[in-house]
Amino acid sequence: MPHAPPSGWRSPMKIQKDVEKMAMNKSLFAGAIAVLLSGAAPAAAATQIDLWHAFSGRLAELLTVQVEAFNASQSEFTVVATAKGNYSEALNAGIAAFRAGEQPDILQVFEVGTATMMAAEGAVKPVYEVLAESGLPFDPSIYLASVTGYYTDTEGKMLSFPYNSSTPVLYVNEDAMTAAGLDPKMDLSTWDKVGEAVDKLQASGSKCAFTTAWQSWVQLETLSAYHDVPFATKDNGFGGLDTELVFNGDAQVRHIEMLGQWAKDGKFIYSGRRNESGAPFRAGECALMTESSAGYAGVKAEAKFAFSIRPLPYWSEVDAAPLNSIIGGASLWVLEGQTEAEYKGVASFLTFLSSPEIQAKWHQDTGYLPITMTAYDLTKAAGFYDTNPGTDIAIIQMTGKAPTANSKGLRLGNFDQIRTVIDEELEGVWNGSKSAKDALDSATVRGNELLRRFEQANR
Amino acid sequence: MEKRVVFNSRWLPYLLVAPQVAVTAIFFFWPAAQAIYQSAFIPDPFGLKTQFVGFGNFEYLFGNAFYRQSFVTTAVFSVLVTVLSMSFALWLAAMADRIIKGSGIYRTLLIWPYAVAPAVAGVLWLFLFNPFTGIISWLLAQYGYTWNHGLNGGQAMTLVVIASAWKQISYNFLFFLAGLQAIPKSVIEAAAIDGASFWKRFWTIVFPLLSPTTFFLLVVNIIYAFFDTFGVIHTITQGGPQQSTTILVYKVFADGFVGQDLGSSAAQSVVLLVLVSLLTVIQFKFIERRVHYG
Amino acid sequence: MVERRGIGTWLTHAGLILGIALICFPIWVAFVASTLSQADLVRPPMPLIPGGHAIANYSEALFTGANAPVWLMLVNSMVMALGITIGKIVISILSAYAIVYFRFPFRMLFFWLIFLTLMLPVEVRIVPTYEVVAGLGLLNSYTGLILPLVASATATFLFRQLFLTIPDELVEAARVDGAGPVRFFIDILLPMSRTNIAALFVILFIYGWNQYLWPLLVTTDPSMNTIVMGIKQMLPTGDDVAKWPVVMATAMLAMLPPVLVVVFMQNLFVKGLVESEK
Repeated sequence: MPHAPPSGWRSPMKIQKDVEKMAMNKSLFAGAIAVLLSGAAPAAAATQIDLWHAFSGRLAELLTVQVEAFNASQSEFTVVATAKGNYSEALNAGIAAFRAGEQPDILQVFEVGTATMMAAEGAVKPVYEVLAESGLPFDPSIYLASVTGYYTDTEGKMLSFPYNSSTPVLYVNEDAMTAAGLDPKMDLSTWDKVGEAVDKLQASGSKCAFTTAWQSWVQLETLSAYHDVPFATKDNGFGGLDTELVFNGDAQVRHIEMLGQWAKDGKFIYSGRRNESGAPFRAGECALMTESSAGYAGVKAEAKFAFSIRPLPYWSEVDAAPLNSIIGGASLWVLEGQTEAEYKGVASFLTFLSSPEIQAKWHQDTGYLPITMTAYDLTKAAGFYDTNPGTDIAIIQMTGKAPTANSKGLRLGNFDQIRTVIDEELEGVWNGSKSAKDALDSATVRGNELLRRFEQANR
Repeated sequence: MEKRVVFNSRWLPYLLVAPQVAVTAIFFFWPAAQAIYQSAFIPDPFGLKTQFVGFGNFEYLFGNAFYRQSFVTTAVFSVLVTVLSMSFALWLAAMADRIIKGSGIYRTLLIWPYAVAPAVAGVLWLFLFNPFTGIISWLLAQYGYTWNHGLNGGQAMTLVVIASAWKQISYNFLFFLAGLQAIPKSVIEAAAIDGASFWKRFWTIVFPLLSPTTFFLLVVNIIYAFFDTFGVIHTITQGGPQQSTTILVYKVFADGFVGQDLGSSAAQSVVLLVLVSLLTVIQFKFIERRVHYG
Repeated sequence: MVERRGIGTWLTHAGLILGIALICFPIWVAFVASTLSQADLVRPPMPLIPGGHAIANYSEALFTGANAPVWLMLVNSMVMALGITIGKIVISILSAYAIVYFRFPFRMLFFWLIFLTLMLPVEVRIVPTYEVVAGLGLLNSYTGLILPLVASATATFLFRQLFLTIPDELVEAARVDGAGPVRFFIDILLPMSRTNIAALFVILFIYGWNQYLWPLLVTTDPSMNTIVMGIKQMLPTGDDVAKWPVVMATAMLAMLPPVLVVVFMQNLFVKGLVESEK
């Protein structure tokens, strides 16, 4: 940087004094702020359990309710829940924190990060160990196998706690259907039928006939499982790190082609990679939405129109369909490097979350699957599924049929990054710059590169 | 250039340079050395195990079409930002130079964007161009043009270029104005008396005399576009859509902190290191040229 | 410049006003948006005249914010900016003094070491610098925010160039008077550098306040967010709808201190930034 010509005089000692004073003031000020921030410290030193999660909106509110209930029910532990952005951000924050030695006790990781967490043996403390060591009663059999199966190791031991598991379903804005001259109870079980509805909706002026959330999860991953076609080799990755992606098969290409055509026709409005489409659906702008069953929480709270929940559509031409849909959502992982007291607190919190009443309430409020049989039975006995039709679809869809090797879920390393690749390629289809076949082919190639790097790092 | 008269002291100079050298060693050189070392490994994200790959990360990088593409993206982005920002600033400076009174007020009003952080500039322009509620996207829609920079790569690049260039206009304006004001009036007047028109005067006299300033600003703007625009990209496009606005600096962050591929990120850091060194050498030559010792 | 009065001047003024309008438009829109309600903004086009929700929006921003209230983020930003500014000036002026006014072994080596840092902007060493800072336990601390940014080659060079222009006679006179290096520095050199220091203060304060990438990496606890990086967290990444009026209010608050500093110290700043006519 060029300079200015020197001029003028000033008392020089003052500079030194000012610097010292500022430094002292700064630290005093910072100290005052710190005291303010620590808030009214509890009388007894309750062990603090840090939980990092990725909820926002209504789900965050419901989580807060659970946390407060736990804190109020005993005085030994205090759970502090911190929102860390979306699922990817929360996972990355957790990893970065671990590298810096500042990891939380519990980290909510979405199903996509499972392989990464499972490969991190020195970073993760398996949940079954935490529960067993705590001395609290722990009976693994109370958990629904289909829900917990994804998060167990080859010996069936629970590695993470399946706190919020969901599966994709179809949400229908019944008022919008009626306005388009369609019977809101019409059959929407196949993509052909949905296509008819979408055509009619658009013809009658709907600006957004169809939208989707979590495009990769719903339109590729679950699609593959639902139609009993593989997403990746080696049992979708369960069989080994040398798995390869094969989701560019005929069934998947045909489906993405259809959606691409809809996008071009303006029937399918793409709102974003994650659950951004929830906002326009809840505002009544979109008529049909495929989204996680846990979108129920927000829709129930905000939608000012009649809505119903349907099973995910399938292609009737495929004989095997509909098989079962795969798991989504997240689980709670316990990280290494905590004190014994903290692990006891974690066990206590997880046991609390598994109790029938808490589970039943969580399931009913959010649309996440109940993780225990008793919670499911409680809900059924209370007639909840009768008064809220469609809220049991998720469970039936996921557990109704015996899964094959293609529909037990995915276990792929670097999968968050692979999803980003898939999202990018799909966006190319939606904006018309790529054909479905090219996009899926390119996605498998790029995704395989990431799989090989994961394999290399974890040899 | 050296001083003729100096002080003699055995320990004082070491004490004086110590703070800067200490900070530089701990926070600059040590991490830079680490980056070079780590570029030969692929660690797992948690830092629990690591594989030695030698030049493997570099092979992976340069074999990756998206990484090669980010060089092009960075070049295009820098050129666009520089040209847009400098031309607009020159136009403003030329006008400000022509008026006698009021130039102080104009300067005050034009100086604001310098104080705005690139990230805040990003948020401001994101708001204006928000596909659903932005006022400019609404305006474009009235003329039948749909704006969605979340899907359209060209639009995304346009938006980040505008936001980055806007922020830099004040800086360029100040330098151009000073450069213009430094041109002796006598030379201009003589040419005017000789009958030269404004444009002729501009191209034959003003522009050549302004060239040191122009070259200096070229280098500064390119460096700005390379590194300081991270905030703009992170707030508006996060490098998308389809990595069409992923400049080199953003990719180092994205691959390291989002993609958890620390080996690739380290290798990219090394490549950037080489690039920056080249740019710095060029920059220093131009700075040195502008400074005289009187 | 030579030009006929009248039309030419009017056109020039008109052009300048147009330019200013284009430049200030985003800021005006942001200001107006910060005074409107969410409902006003959901349907474009938004009005271009300020509304009546200013107090509500600014209070919500200041006291609730996103993950941290804005007043807290402002405090963090101020501490960081002042820390970086004062730290950079102090360190650089001391180093420049040593390099110019002393002969000692390794003098040129130190000079080149400091010069080399120009080649190492933080982006070139993100991950390892983060690890070093984390290893020192400096994450989520003011020290971690300030210290890695405090070494500056440009400020050192600036002071070096400045000192080289100071006549040697002054030094000789001081030595004749029996003044040692410390006295000379405090009584003569510092006062002569006053304008430069003030100009640098403005430039470095803005540099420090506007830091983005480094605070983003180093703060994982929302209570340590600075306002410039905290704004990004107010933008939704899921199905939340952005509360634009509050976001714009935060943006205005984020811009306020640096703009004030620049506008009020304008002359110093411009002089310090631009080489003046000799």
